[in-house]
Amino acid sequence: MMEKLKSAVKHMNVPRLIIILFFLFIVFLAYTNDINVNSYIGSTIKYWGMWGVLVLAMVPSIKCGIGPNFGISLGIVCGLLGSLLSIEFGITDKFNAMVPGLGPWAAIAFAMISSAFFAWFVGIAYGKILNSVKGSEMTVTTYIGYSFIYLMCIVWFRAPFTNSEIKWPIGASGVRNSLSMDTSFGGVLNDFLGFDLGGEGGVYIPTGLVLFFLLCCLLVFLYFRSRSGLAMTAAGSNPSFARANGIDVDKMRIKGIALSTVLGAIGIVVYTQGFGILQAYTAPLQMGFQCVAAILIGGATTGKAKISHVIIGTFLFQGLLMFTPPVSNKLLAGTDISDTMRQIIQNGVILYALTKAKGGSSNEE
Amino acid sequence: MKNNTEKKISFGGYLRSALFQNKVIILFTVLCIGCIAASNTSLNYIASEVFSRFGRNACLVLALIIPCLAGLGMNFGIVVGAIAAQIAIFFVVHWGFTGIGGFMLCALMSTPMAILFGWLLGILFNKTKGSEMITGLVLGFFADGVYRLFTLYIIGGLIPYDDPNLLDRGFGLRNAFDLSDSIKYALDDISFVTVFRIFMIVIIALQLINLMIGSKKNMAVDKKESSMKLIAAIVGLVLTFVLMAIPGISGMIGGTRLVLSDTLRVAMIIYLISLVVRRFVLKREIGNDKLIRGAVLTAVVLVLSYVPFIRDILRTVKISACTYAVICLFCFFNNWILDTKLGQDMRTVGQNRIVAGSAGINVDKIRITATCISTVLAAWGQLIYLQNLGTFNTVQQQSNVGLYAVAALLVGGASVQKANNRQAIIGVVLFHTLFVVAPLAATQLIGDSAISEYIRMFICYGVIAVSLAMHAWKKKGRKVEKKTSEDGAAKDAVKTIA
Repeated sequence: MMEKLKSAVKHMNVPRLIIILFFLFIVFLAYTNDINVNSYIGSTIKYWGMWGVLVLAMVPSIKCGIGPNFGISLGIVCGLLGSLLSIEFGITDKFNAMVPGLGPWAAIAFAMISSAFFAWFVGIAYGKILNSVKGSEMTVTTYIGYSFIYLMCIVWFRAPFTNSEIKWPIGASGVRNSLSMDTSFGGVLNDFLGFDLGGEGGVYIPTGLVLFFLLCCLLVFLYFRSRSGLAMTAAGSNPSFARANGIDVDKMRIKGIALSTVLGAIGIVVYTQGFGILQAYTAPLQMGFQCVAAILIGGATTGKAKISHVIIGTFLFQGLLMFTPPVSNKLLAGTDISDTMRQIIQNGVILYALTKAKGGSSNEE
Repeated sequence: MKNNTEKKISFGGYLRSALFQNKVIILFTVLCIGCIAASNTSLNYIASEVFSRFGRNACLVLALIIPCLAGLGMNFGIVVGAIAAQIAIFFVVHWGFTGIGGFMLCALMSTPMAILFGWLLGILFNKTKGSEMITGLVLGFFADGVYRLFTLYIIGGLIPYDDPNLLDRGFGLRNAFDLSDSIKYALDDISFVTVFRIFMIVIIALQLINLMIGSKKNMAVDKKESSMKLIAAIVGLVLTFVLMAIPGISGMIGGTRLVLSDTLRVAMIIYLISLVVRRFVLKREIGNDKLIRGAVLTAVVLVLSYVPFIRDILRTVKISACTYAVICLFCFFNNWILDTKLGQDMRTVGQNRIVAGSAGINVDKIRITATCISTVLAAWGQLIYLQNLGTFNTVQQQSNVGLYAVAALLVGGASVQKANNRQAIIGVVLFHTLFVVAPLAATQLIGDSAISEYIRMFICYGVIAVSLAMHAWKKKGRKVEKKTSEDGAAKDAVKTIA
């Protein structure tokens, strides 16, 4: 009996439990403090969909044995590049001129495809480096991600964009700090078939966004059922066994990280369309940590991840972030504690996972 | 042994290996010189900036050496040490202590806090063996969050704390903390004479104790040497009073700052006196040792100081004697602790945990001790940093401490497993020269200084990423015993980052 209890405690995901209880507590506080819960549930769902694909990008990298991809910023930067190109070429206007209403869809499709294209190659190069630093992937990915973002800051600053929507009002070139997506593909997925659940003042459901997120989840799920996906899982969970079965482990790891980078690129396109503003420079710096924290809250470890972890974790994390500001505002008059709380929860969860990882993320000895 | 192998290879080979070993330093020296040339700014300005930044930052970088040798890698967790220092400052400013007394109280208060934080950090590192660096980084962010919660919401919010100087919104500390009325320049303003006198008094006290214990316990104490040192120290002490009576010299050594050219002269005089004492009083041979090397180096710089532009620099740059003395103390401390039994154990643990464990060393305890020492040194380092800066951002001041310190150490040619004082010193000089001149150069070349911030951060993270990748690559190479050239991985890493 004690043995069973012990193993149950051991297998129970402590941070997830704490976060669930904390989330329920915050929602309860929101109800009792006369806060418009419906609108916050609505924004939770919106941010759930926006972050979903980015968090989903963690699944291939964990499954192929690399561990949480702190360097998702590489994919993010590719996604930003794709979005910027889509604006630069004026895809929206061109397609709107052909068929009215088609513009935003063509623009987002172009952004996704082009950024996925860049991300695939970046991901392959990145995977090659990671294969040479087995055992220290998490450390190396973090710093490569950081330095890449600053490198791209330099690029953004001098990039020869000509579209007046992108470049600085004064000066010949360079990307603005933040540019509005209204004239491009802003909100195209969010508004698609969006409706208020429960009539006026109810919970707004961004149907298109949620459908797209779930579609991505389904595709990744199906991929991991395919031959190649199963090989990748095997390579990640037991490299020597996989090698004995004729699986090229290094190749699988490269494939996994490339897939993760592509998903990161698509994820930031989805995020940008939902957010309505494209932030180029240092905004993606902490995004990697946030994604890693979200999937870990969902119950993943540095060695195992499922699609359900993505769905649950993102919802919990974003829900918590949505509900804290109004509650803390009511309780501690005029304060916004949410950013501080995000910092504590996000890094606390990652630290907890690191202590469970038993030295390095790689299983390979 | 090292010398023997070096002698065997030809001069060309020696030169090549020396170049290869110091490749990082050479690269950054070239970068610095290029930026200085491009920046079109007077060398006087750059030199005085670099010297003041050096005094500010060196201690924080020196705090990284011990955990590095104990196998913990680059300790990004020194952020918690900085937090301990800042918490101590809140209290001391609140109580209204000022000057050197306030500073010492800060140091005293921050020490137990830093030991506690270091102990917790050490436990965490023991649970995440093999990924200490990412743990340190994430812990830095985490501690940042907790600290922010503490300063912005808990002080004055949950804990009543009534001080209009610190709270400007009713709760939470004010964003910027001005230390100019409390501990600004507390350490920097101590004159050279005072430092010298304290040093002499310490020597006198030590020798007296030595003599007394020696006569009591009949231990084999070299009485002649001890009394010699005692007399020398007393003469030195008396000499300071004599010198302070002479108007010209009292201004030179009694002020709050030492002009660099005066520093060199003072150093030269001290070197000459000690050489004379050594040769004619102690009657020892003068060989190729540190003393003579230092003397020759000082003499060379003194001779160079007759070149006009170097003379200008030496006359402009002012250093604070006490801060530099503390930096020397940190260096001595690092060297001293590594020579003790504890230090030897640390090195053993750093080289191989399993071997150390089977040799009967308590690996976990050693690692915790190393982390504690590093955290305490970092807390003091942050205090020195803040007393020089005079104002700090309450919430964010500590967040980049780890990053800049690690990047500086790596620029000095250290690796994740090996670091020493020399690398720390060189690294601080190079890194902060780059910090000063890169924006100036960017403004000159591109006409916009905003980009230089990105370049700076890119250099910081890029240096860390490359050296971590190289370290991991080497480790893996050792594991599978493959013979691949070191160039390959470095180039790969550089390619992806650049």
